[in-house]
Amino acid sequence: MAQKTIIDARGSFCPGPLMELIAGIKMAQVGDELEVLSSDKGSANDIPEWIKKVGHEMLETREEAGVWHITVRKAK
Amino acid sequence: MRILIVGGGMGGTILANNLARRLQGELKSGKVRLTMLSATDKHMYQPGLLYLAFGRSTPDELYRDQASLLEPGINFFADPVEQFMLDQNQVKTKSGKTYDYDVIAIATGSRMVPELIPGLAENAETFYTEESAVKMFRRLQGFTGGRVVITVGVPHKCPMAPLEITFMLHDYFKDRGILDKVKLHYTYPIGRVHSLENVAKWAAPEFDRLGITYETLFNMKEVDGKNQILRSEEGSDTPYDLLISIPAHRGMEVIEKGGLGTGGFIPTHRHTLNMEGRANVFVLGDTTNLPISKAGSTAHFEAEALGENIAAMFKLGAPVREYDGKVFCFIEAGKDRATYAMFDYLNPPDPKAPTKAMHWFKMAYNKLYWVSARGLL
Repeated sequence: MAQKTIIDARGSFCPGPLMELIAGIKMAQVGDELEVLSSDKGSANDIPEWIKKVGHEMLETREEAGVWHITVRKAK
Repeated sequence: MRILIVGGGMGGTILANNLARRLQGELKSGKVRLTMLSATDKHMYQPGLLYLAFGRSTPDELYRDQASLLEPGINFFADPVEQFMLDQNQVKTKSGKTYDYDVIAIATGSRMVPELIPGLAENAETFYTEESAVKMFRRLQGFTGGRVVITVGVPHKCPMAPLEITFMLHDYFKDRGILDKVKLHYTYPIGRVHSLENVAKWAAPEFDRLGITYETLFNMKEVDGKNQILRSEEGSDTPYDLLISIPAHRGMEVIEKGGLGTGGFIPTHRHTLNMEGRANVFVLGDTTNLPISKAGSTAHFEAEALGENIAAMFKLGAPVREYDGKVFCFIEAGKDRATYAMFDYLNPPDPKAPTKAMHWFKMAYNKLYWVSARGLL
């Protein structure tokens, strides 16, 4: 059964939100959703860029009180 | 109060010594009992493996007897935990013993898992264990030229290692007089050459200056050893003659099998270092799932905060400070120059140009580590 995981990467300069997401995706199952919380607005660009390049699925990007919520689905 | 520390690496050792000093009187009077369980009776200085891979250190220099690093009053047993029974405040060890606690700190660390990438373990050199670092040293010695590819898995221990190994390889081949026969090619998982933006802004021009090529957004998928090709999740192939890997890491099996955390990383509160939902369970070092560097300095600063808090919980009834995400990493920029990055949850690093002085500081720290592990530095 698909699960949803929250990756709280607020304040993460190293390894950073994208690297946290990559690590999370590698540990997830196909179909799982992962929501990244990031205080770096750059995540709104670099996470979708990587997701598209690898072939996973972007579900949502929204900003709330200075925190970006970026939700993706592991597609393969 | 019975305090149990599981793990005798940097975090566990500093925490134990910190607590032993803060609670010296209580340990003597028997009001507090402090116990450490570790998988081994030896303590390894893991950053030294980087130098071992180049023959600039020897294996014996990396170890001390764990007991020799610990303050009097700490009950130390080389008896790895095989089962955490958090609801019962107990752990069970390999020897079959059961240890009870009132407060537990889990610092079991992480391990490389090259086997997750098909072909990687068989075809790449690495340096995250004594055995692999010695093997890499011998391989480098016999290498006479060709395309050297550096590849990086996530998460990995020591975020500076990918840059450091690359710069040190450059200087190693230069010193051997074969740099003109070597092509260094660096790959990295995200869209710049390092996760820290300011470090990447410094490192990319350095690569350009040294003739090191790089490909970003490159995550290992598989290694075709027969044809000597590394393939990425993003769909690109890169040929190699010598493949150097920073393999992905996972937490310890006992953590994952026990259901404490996915991938062996325990969900941890970023400020209190409590295991999520557990008031008497603390986590530090590589074992946490925090979005910060898996590095000795992280464990060090967490241990200092935690030592102060656990002692205060006993003496004052409540913790007194929060961990602020502080990390300090040296960055070797070759064989004789270095810089550093220091940052926390709120403040990004601002690395300076590498200097010889900072390199020699790092060399000194390689020896001072043993003072640091004792909780004195």
